[in-house]
Amino acid sequence: MSRFLFPRWSNLLLPTIILAAATIPVYAIFFVAYGLSPKTLEVGYQPEQPVPYSHALHAGELGLDCRYCHTSVEKAAHASVPATQTCMNCHTHIRPESPKLAKIKESYATGLPVPWIRIHKLPEFAYFNHSAHVSRGVGCVSCHGRIDKMEVVYQNEPLSMGWCLECHRNPDKNLRPLSEITNLAFDATAELSASEHQALKTKFDINPNDNCSTCHR
Amino acid sequence: MTTLPHDSNLANSHANNHGVIVDNTIDRPGERAPLVLNMDKFSQVTATVCRVNEAERAPTAWYVAFTLALGLLSVLGVCIGYLIVTGVGVWGLNNPVMWAYDITNFVFWVGIGHAGTLISAILFLFRQKWRTGINRFAEAMTIFAVICAGTFPGIHVGRVWFAYWLFPIPNQMEMWPQFRSPLLWDVFAVSTYFTVSLLFWYTGMVPDLATLRDRAKGKLQQMGYGLFSLGWRGSNRHWHRYERAYLLLAALSTPLVLSVHSVVSFDFATSQLPGWHTTIFPPYFVAGAIFSGFAMVVTLAVPAREMFGLKDLITLRHLDNMNKVILVTGCMVGYAYSLEFFIAWYSGAMFEKFAFINRAFGQYWWAYLIMVSCNVITPQLFWSKRIRTSIPLMFALSIVVNVGMWFERFVIIVSSLANDFLPSSWDLFTPTWVDIGTMLGAFGLFFTLFLLFCRYLPMIAMAEVKAVMPQADPHGAGAGKHGHARAHDHH
Repeated sequence: MSRFLFPRWSNLLLPTIILAAATIPVYAIFFVAYGLSPKTLEVGYQPEQPVPYSHALHAGELGLDCRYCHTSVEKAAHASVPATQTCMNCHTHIRPESPKLAKIKESYATGLPVPWIRIHKLPEFAYFNHSAHVSRGVGCVSCHGRIDKMEVVYQNEPLSMGWCLECHRNPDKNLRPLSEITNLAFDATAELSASEHQALKTKFDINPNDNCSTCHR
Repeated sequence: MTTLPHDSNLANSHANNHGVIVDNTIDRPGERAPLVLNMDKFSQVTATVCRVNEAERAPTAWYVAFTLALGLLSVLGVCIGYLIVTGVGVWGLNNPVMWAYDITNFVFWVGIGHAGTLISAILFLFRQKWRTGINRFAEAMTIFAVICAGTFPGIHVGRVWFAYWLFPIPNQMEMWPQFRSPLLWDVFAVSTYFTVSLLFWYTGMVPDLATLRDRAKGKLQQMGYGLFSLGWRGSNRHWHRYERAYLLLAALSTPLVLSVHSVVSFDFATSQLPGWHTTIFPPYFVAGAIFSGFAMVVTLAVPAREMFGLKDLITLRHLDNMNKVILVTGCMVGYAYSLEFFIAWYSGAMFEKFAFINRAFGQYWWAYLIMVSCNVITPQLFWSKRIRTSIPLMFALSIVVNVGMWFERFVIIVSSLANDFLPSSWDLFTPTWVDIGTMLGAFGLFFTLFLLFCRYLPMIAMAEVKAVMPQADPHGAGAGKHGHARAHDHH
């Protein structure tokens, strides 16, 4: 009788198949969860900007307040990228001949904006309001990191939905007094006690929603 | 009970005067009615079943049916493709009727799937020997029906590429399905059901696949059947393990017969919509599922036994038994329908009362009428044995039940949604051509898979059928020499 039975070498297939069946789904889940997460794909995004503007120099060494340039941050949803005129407030007088300023001066002369490349970009279906956060104790550093130490700005946090939710569900540690809002060196977790965080939470009436329509309106 | 020698009373009681057994639906006290007709040898069973797979050419009817099924399947493909490209707006859904044909079809197909597990698991545990003739293709039907059912939740989410959100998979959004929602339980219930049914079906098929492998002439067939028969050689140890595994799987899938459709009914029952918010739903859905499932088995068995010459294995007695199950479950469903009305009145809840009066006499009165006539009234004809054993009538009635059960889900879902608490939000649902095409196309998917199964896999559990023949009983008719037959207790 001719019957197809498995050759001896195929005995090896059984443990292989069982191992593959057990590990591949686990691997796939971890691959999607970590490999494709913004933590892996987005953090560290550091495009070369048209003008070699140094936040480390301006915000760090010179100590300019964030709000000098990003004027609308306390009042509007967007933090606003400064107009060329803001640069020229100082640079009309300071190092006016620096070759690094060529594009700024060109923009100033033509009236066309400098094509800055946006780094922190939320999807269009996610509603985010800067003023709601900045005016109620969430400092710049919480989301943007130590901009005052960045020669060229990069994305420091994943800005993923999970990352947003972590703070919305447990906001205490990220609260600071309004006087320290733009102080990137102020470490709210280390410098404030739990009761001080609690006091801030009460003071600002922080009770963040985490339902879908909070951000997806 | 006493099994008498084949050459005495048994042969006479179920046979005509030519010695050919024609009617095994008669119950005679002290006798087991034969479940396999006109066959004395096991090899006849093998030959009859394998002939379907081994024939050079399938019956012409198979080609006709397969062409039709493929045609409908392509309709499904077009409808789903159009849906994916355009969005769920191509269906006739509106606010408030956000579920209509999609979920109707889902519940319909999941329900169909229930007969397979009932036959394979519960009837097995209750030692109902007649199950062996029909369990294989009833299980196949279950699996294909669950595939059809699974299509609908997948496509009704709108953005099908996010269908994986149905499963609790870790993700960077930290977004999890709502574990308190029955819709998630449903995902687990149906996928468990599919997995267990598939395992059960496949485990039971291994010895028969080995038979096909051993008989196969072509290299390809030998390899194919050989691969899937997992090196089965029919040794004593193989059989022992097989029987253990089969029993365990039967025990595992028995609770599923009750749980899966209960969970499906929770999709509705745990909501607060009048017409859905009903505690009777779980048993009512399970009865309905078995009702529709058995009707579908009859719908498939009647042409299949005709087309492939299996009348001696799927006998009138099998069909008669199934029709009895249809009658019983049909009565249960009818009881549930009337109890819903009683509770609506007894509750004194205005909205509940309205929902049911509106269901029967409102704008969907015609759907309700179809449902009651097909599910409660016409199955009563099965009280008559003549109708239970008439092939054309049972075929027609089984289709009527299928239609009725589709309408039951339509009535529950659409009539409840269309007229909820707020008259200002009421709206009527009208299906579009995509709705209708998808509904019909699912039948194409189902029949394509089923016809492929008939052609390439053993349609009847040969090994098990042989075991219920009197010849398999070492003390019974087959082995008994003249005057040597003895009383043997099967219980």
